[in-house]
Amino acid sequence: MTKDMTKAAIEITDLNFSIENLSILENINMTIEQGDFAGLVGPNGGGKTSLIKLILGLYKPQSGKITIFGEPVKSQRKAIGYVPQYANFNSDFPISVQDTVLQGRLGVSSCFGRYCREDKVIAQKVMQETEVFDLAQRSIQSLSGGQMQRVLVARALAAEPKIMLLDEPTANIDQRAEKDIFDIFKAINERMTILIISHDIGFVSDYINKVFCLNKTLICHDSTPVTSDTIHKLYGGHVSEVHHHH
Amino acid sequence: MLEFFNTLATQSFLQNALLGGILASIGCGLTGSFVVVNRIGYMAGGIAHSVLGGMGIAYYLGLNPFAGALIAALLAAIIIGVIKLKWQHQEDTTIGAIWAVGMAIGIIFISKSDGYNTNLMSFLFGNILIISDEQLFIMLLLDIITIIFVAAFYKQLVAISFDIEFAIVRGINVNLFYLLLLCLIAITVVLLIQVVGLILVIALLTLPAAIAKQYVHSIGMMMLLASVLGMIFTSTGLFISYEPDLPAGATIILVAGLAYFISSLAKSFIRFK
Repeated sequence: MTKDMTKAAIEITDLNFSIENLSILENINMTIEQGDFAGLVGPNGGGKTSLIKLILGLYKPQSGKITIFGEPVKSQRKAIGYVPQYANFNSDFPISVQDTVLQGRLGVSSCFGRYCREDKVIAQKVMQETEVFDLAQRSIQSLSGGQMQRVLVARALAAEPKIMLLDEPTANIDQRAEKDIFDIFKAINERMTILIISHDIGFVSDYINKVFCLNKTLICHDSTPVTSDTIHKLYGGHVSEVHHHH
Repeated sequence: MLEFFNTLATQSFLQNALLGGILASIGCGLTGSFVVVNRIGYMAGGIAHSVLGGMGIAYYLGLNPFAGALIAALLAAIIIGVIKLKWQHQEDTTIGAIWAVGMAIGIIFISKSDGYNTNLMSFLFGNILIISDEQLFIMLLLDIITIIFVAAFYKQLVAISFDIEFAIVRGINVNLFYLLLLCLIAITVVLLIQVVGLILVIALLTLPAAIAKQYVHSIGMMMLLASVLGMIFTSTGLFISYEPDLPAGATIILVAGLAYFISSLAKSFIRFK
């Protein structure tokens, strides 16, 4: 499945989105090229998750267009890996790490009925990549936040996607684990496009090549340098700058 | 105590009762596991209770009440499912309405038929001691349908239960599978009605699966353990109730409830030790 390199991985044109007459996103235009490691930052309630869900086709826009590799979203779902917010997660569910990761094979596997050998080989490969292979038979109920996060990344990778969409993948883990997981993303970025939601501009800026600041509409994009003025526009003042050293 | 086993060896009604309990347990283990992990006990309750409407109408018309039950259960499952998927805000109220309206229809039709009390009681609380060979055959058939469906779509059913958004992204037709899951619940409810009656169905549907969930970490193992537990509860309940002539359905539920209580207590004791 080789993609035409001239097509943008994700292209959003004049997008507007509202839920029950409450405007969530206005006039969004953004392009993510193939191979990008893009960050989407902004305050809570600024529409970051809604934008991701629009790209995934989970929500329908009021107006505007989203294309994945130049095609409509629904036809390109196989190309997308999705890591949802850990906070919304049913961690009480009786399922092993391996069976969770195998779910990533749904819709892309060529096997009917149970998961087959090919699925398992791919699941093992991605579990090794995200360093959860040793936990394969463990129940997800017994995992720490950082471990669970990597399992969810492995599940998304199991679909062998061309684009990864990650919603706050480091919200529940400590800083050291955060760096480890970003190093995994860096390696993944060698072979696919990444769009990541983060609350932490300073941290992601060490890794990403493109940033989009979102608060209902795009405040900054592409390689606009992020100044304190932009941050003010984004968060509406009262933000103290914290410098990160990694 | 010996009397139970003597009767079991010689009388087909008790053999049928035991076999009925075992067949019902298979369905309750498979479907109950999905009810528990999806936390849709209330929805299953709505389906179970509205079944009385179908049973009452069928009974009034002189047809087999279980045919009526199956039709009513499937109808209620589809209505509740569509409401859940399309108008989530009204879910709670609508289920309550379907629950009560179904029962009201049933009571009106049964009251206009002969043998009002006996029949109403056996629909509501079950009568495991009068399961016929024909009913056993129907139960076996419903079990087979359930097993085939769960075996064929196990991974899809687990996926929609675990993380419905991820399942959509992976291209699963979640609406279809959700409705099919509710229809599966409807079938199981009908399976269980003869054993414990429609009021107590929810307990047998959820308690064995809820106990199983405390000890395993896959839905498959949960189904297996829940089915075995269901068989133990129905057989034990039948055995305990037989000599003092207690209602079997209620005794079965008490056994299951006690086991759930002990298991939860033991589990939390181990965790906090």
